[in-house]
Amino acid sequence: MTAATRRPRRARRLRERIGKGVLYACLIAAAAFLLVPFFWMLSSSLKQNNQVFTIPIRWIPETFKWSNYVDIWTKSGMSDWLKNTMILSVVVTLLQVFTGSFAAYGFSRIRFPGRDVLFLGYIATIAVPWQAYMIPQYKMMASLGLVDTLWSIILLQAFGAFGVFLMKQFYETIPEDLSESARLDGLSEYGIYRRIMLPLSVPAIASLSLLMFVTTWNDFLGPRLYLRTPSNFTIQVGLKVFQADPQGSSMYGLMFTGSVLSVLPIAIIFMAGQRYFVEGIATTGMKG
Amino acid sequence: MSTTAIEPAPPPTRPRKRRSALRWHNTLRGWSFIAPNFIGFAALTLVPIIILFYVSLTEWGALGDPKWIGEENFTKLFTRDMRFRTALWNTLYYTIVHMPLTLVASLGLAVLLNRKMRGAAFFRTAAFFPYITSIVAIAMVWNLMFSPDYGPINQILRFFGVDNPPGWTVSSTWAMPAVIVVGTWREMGYYMLLFLAGLQTIPRELYEAATVDGAGAWSRFWHVTVPCLRPTTFFVTVMLTIGSMKVFDLVFVMTEGGPGRSTLVISQLIWQQAFAEGDFGYASAISVVLFAICLVLTLIQFWVNRRAER
Repeated sequence: MTAATRRPRRARRLRERIGKGVLYACLIAAAAFLLVPFFWMLSSSLKQNNQVFTIPIRWIPETFKWSNYVDIWTKSGMSDWLKNTMILSVVVTLLQVFTGSFAAYGFSRIRFPGRDVLFLGYIATIAVPWQAYMIPQYKMMASLGLVDTLWSIILLQAFGAFGVFLMKQFYETIPEDLSESARLDGLSEYGIYRRIMLPLSVPAIASLSLLMFVTTWNDFLGPRLYLRTPSNFTIQVGLKVFQADPQGSSMYGLMFTGSVLSVLPIAIIFMAGQRYFVEGIATTGMKG
Repeated sequence: MSTTAIEPAPPPTRPRKRRSALRWHNTLRGWSFIAPNFIGFAALTLVPIIILFYVSLTEWGALGDPKWIGEENFTKLFTRDMRFRTALWNTLYYTIVHMPLTLVASLGLAVLLNRKMRGAAFFRTAAFFPYITSIVAIAMVWNLMFSPDYGPINQILRFFGVDNPPGWTVSSTWAMPAVIVVGTWREMGYYMLLFLAGLQTIPRELYEAATVDGAGAWSRFWHVTVPCLRPTTFFVTVMLTIGSMKVFDLVFVMTEGGPGRSTLVISQLIWQQAFAEGDFGYASAISVVLFAICLVLTLIQFWVNRRAER
């Protein structure tokens, strides 16, 4: 090897190293941008009300005020709000998973006239914003006396097209031969759904469940519109109470504590089931 | 249930009757699977969408029944209503800035992350996290971070020598940029994931061939990555545009449309008109316009994409 060939190689290695450094610098800056608000939220939830805004900024509280996490249960309806949010998220998820996967089976495995038109109708509504039809929907719920009950939110969320779409995308990847041989073995369509499709689609069901749970947990507009009595609020509507409070500044600590409590369960669920989130988004996203 | 739903070879005798019975059978079965979801879906989504068009042609107060007034609502909307014009403009402003910004940021992050490197998994998690957290919590936190005098953002700006940092959510010029920053912050991780999934479908050989031909990193990006990502980019653009046109909860929690009407968007106008002022007919007319905008945008994008593919 001559000196002439050695030099460009060394230069290239240097350039690669610089490139890597720039790459990491970019990513660290982006990560800071993405995570700093959460850090500030967490640190402010442990501060005195008058310590939230200081010059210069204090990223770590001077004294940790853990009592915010005790007071919030007595000074607000937090326990009701959490309970309501939990009930809604679980019920909506169960209904969506059950009815969605059932309907998806009909759409992907049974041939009947009008099927494809019907499915197109489902898909088309995904593009229609909820804000566009919330008025007639609200009037219907009002005429049924469902305003200010948790039922309204359950009905609102449980029968969306999303679950049908996600499950159908997944069923389409399961080979038809499997159901075919099950049919020859004498299994009915319902049997095939229960014994073959459901067990095979556990990953898709996990994705759908996690996405639905999180969506319902975080939903703000629906509950804000329908739930009126404070004891019927979900945590998202409740949080807004802290912000709307006329003596707002005295509530900063609790406001941040409430925010942490609304984010924490989602963070835990997300960490535990990250793979399913990503897969769920990839199956519905990429084929749309 | 019988087990003869699909037979490989129908018996030679009387095939037609047999076939129509089978078809009837399948229809019944198909519907039995679809019905539990469909009944709820029809009652709560399909029917309201159809009713919407009728209500938009009526006058409907908080009490009483809708009264037919024809296209009167739409005439008022397009000729006399300054608030609608402001809301439409603000929504377009949000869309025109937020859409390309998020597209570039998420594609950039995805390209940076699409390699074997330490910390990639952590970073993917961090980027996606804002998207799955409650919009109320994050909007409140950002709101306080944006506070003009003591908020961390302006303190940082002052530290870097900006003497008169903007008033953000209390300034009518800067409120919309503040909302856009938070919107982009929240959504870029989600679209990044879509791009990452798209990048993984590009065959490695294409890059190798381009390198052999002497293409640099930049040229490989433009001539391999961008064309191969077209389906993903198309999907992301549609989602982003529709999402921006219907933006609401972010604005609702951060600024409630203020200060003044500087961040009033179409969705919020619908909400105010219907639930604060009890003017359901007129609000429905605005809803129809929002619906039409989303529909037209989707169709245009489908059309553009199809032409580009040819």
